[in-house]
Amino acid sequence: MSKAKFKNPVVKWIDHRLPIFSFMDHELNHYPTPKNLNYFWNFGSLAGIALVTMIITGIVLSMNYTAHVDYAFDSVERIMRDVNHGWLIRYIHMNGASFFFIVVYIHIFRGLYYGSYKAPRELLWILGVLILLLMMATAFMGYVLPWGQMSFWGATVITNLFSAIPLVGENIVTWLWGGFSVDNSTLNRFFSLHFVLPFVIVGVVILHLVALHRFGSNNPIGIDVRGTQDTLPFNPYYTIKDLFGLGVFLTIFAAAVFFFPNFMGHPDNYIEANPMVTPAHIVPEWYFLPFYAILRAIPDKLGGVLFMFGSIAVLFVIPWLDRSSVRSSQFRPIFKIFFWILLADCVLLGYLGAMPAEGIYVILSRIATAYYFFHFLILFPLLPYIEKTKPLPISISEPVLSGSSPASAFAFREKK
Amino acid sequence: MSTKSKTKNNKDEDKRDFLVVSTYAMAGIGAASFAWPLIDQMNPAADTLALASTEIDLSSLEEGQAITVKWRGKPVFVRHRTAEEIKNAQEASIDEMRDPEKDSDRVTNEKYIVLVGVCTHLGCVPLGQKSGDVKGQYGGWFCPCHGSHYDHSGRIRKGPAPTNLAVPSYKFLSDTLIKIG
Repeated sequence: MSKAKFKNPVVKWIDHRLPIFSFMDHELNHYPTPKNLNYFWNFGSLAGIALVTMIITGIVLSMNYTAHVDYAFDSVERIMRDVNHGWLIRYIHMNGASFFFIVVYIHIFRGLYYGSYKAPRELLWILGVLILLLMMATAFMGYVLPWGQMSFWGATVITNLFSAIPLVGENIVTWLWGGFSVDNSTLNRFFSLHFVLPFVIVGVVILHLVALHRFGSNNPIGIDVRGTQDTLPFNPYYTIKDLFGLGVFLTIFAAAVFFFPNFMGHPDNYIEANPMVTPAHIVPEWYFLPFYAILRAIPDKLGGVLFMFGSIAVLFVIPWLDRSSVRSSQFRPIFKIFFWILLADCVLLGYLGAMPAEGIYVILSRIATAYYFFHFLILFPLLPYIEKTKPLPISISEPVLSGSSPASAFAFREKK
Repeated sequence: MSTKSKTKNNKDEDKRDFLVVSTYAMAGIGAASFAWPLIDQMNPAADTLALASTEIDLSSLEEGQAITVKWRGKPVFVRHRTAEEIKNAQEASIDEMRDPEKDSDRVTNEKYIVLVGVCTHLGCVPLGQKSGDVKGQYGGWFCPCHGSHYDHSGRIRKGPAPTNLAVPSYKFLSDTLIKIG
């Protein structure tokens, strides 16, 4: 670690004993970052800010929330009507969940497009998928807390997924519920877990960052940094770029909070939970729709559940499924086309998840599900044998060096 | 370097400083305006404020009796004082009191003394409302926590409490109906 020079004597005194300032200087100030990052590299820091926003607003909301079946719905309405600025805080938290997922999904597709999951960043990727999984659990349980109709029936349907497990399924569901249906015990434990899981996410995010800073960020052309000529210090170059992106993000976020706060929600969730009546059309929040479509595409209870969880599980092993040593799609012409097909496929699955499970929608869901798994399980391992990749540049500094032989870049790579 | 280009450089640096300072200032304003709702939500909510007044019917309160009602989550003492108690309260010399106040300044109708029943020392509820309670050396109220003695007007006469028992804002809606808050 480079010995940082601090002028302030208090900072110096502390840093000598607890090198927190050297650490920050090293990781946030001098931290060498590839100089060719585009705006898709903003979404990691945006996700971090979204997480912090969710935790802050969540702590504040919990000061006014009552986790009891008789009071939960009314306490949320009280937050909306009576608590000072409660409407604002709740709308930030509610829309914050959606925006957190938007940011994270873009972050994931960025990683897929530029091959950020490849060696030596496999663990970085796996930790990221783990964060996604934790986010899903947290978001699901948070959606139960307002105790509206969608909360209740969403909780019923999702917990019932576990009843598909052979032999012990029913016992597991009873254990999850703490009773024989979704009830007060379920609400209480969901509140407890919804409160604690974000802090678990913070822990995994820290590991994610440690893994990131081991080799630094990937970059749009996906080749390794060769030296200082390829990098810029993180501060001020990327702090300012991240802050600009944050400004744009917050503008859009604020527009949603102030003008379309319920756009991504369901009106039925403003009806108090009623265990006697299921709403006519029950759908999860938008960020679960692709997975929900996969669940419904399989005409078998256990099969549907396995494929749904499998669609996330497959993400964990992507670093080993993709056999190509070229990271960025910019140099993989066929992979690039299939990337956009995958993106379209996921959007289609999202659309199908929101549609009723009948007629053409079921058939389309099956095709889209089949493609999703084909993409990762068959295309990823086999494509490198067919695809002819474009020549890689020698370095980030000279991405388009006309006279040089592309072979030299490969030679350099193999020598390492 | 010529003087001309030097002044130009200074001008650029001034501009840059201005931009940096104004950026920090805007960021500070933004952070503060985001923080305010998060802080203000801990203040009493609209429904709490809506319950901030209480009406009490005193028609069944006989001379010498006292009642305790809840107002804003705290006890309020109302005592229908006897003629002797009124006399005591009015004639006590305020010169040697810790928090000198005339009895007439503490009542609207001298028969009824209305007090917030929270000891001004550390917030315990003083004894003296029930007939069997210890009322302290001055016959008013006595705080069992740290031994503060209050007189018939709720004034501190002995013990650690710094001020008299507070008189809430109230008014008589009729001869026997008062509204507190």
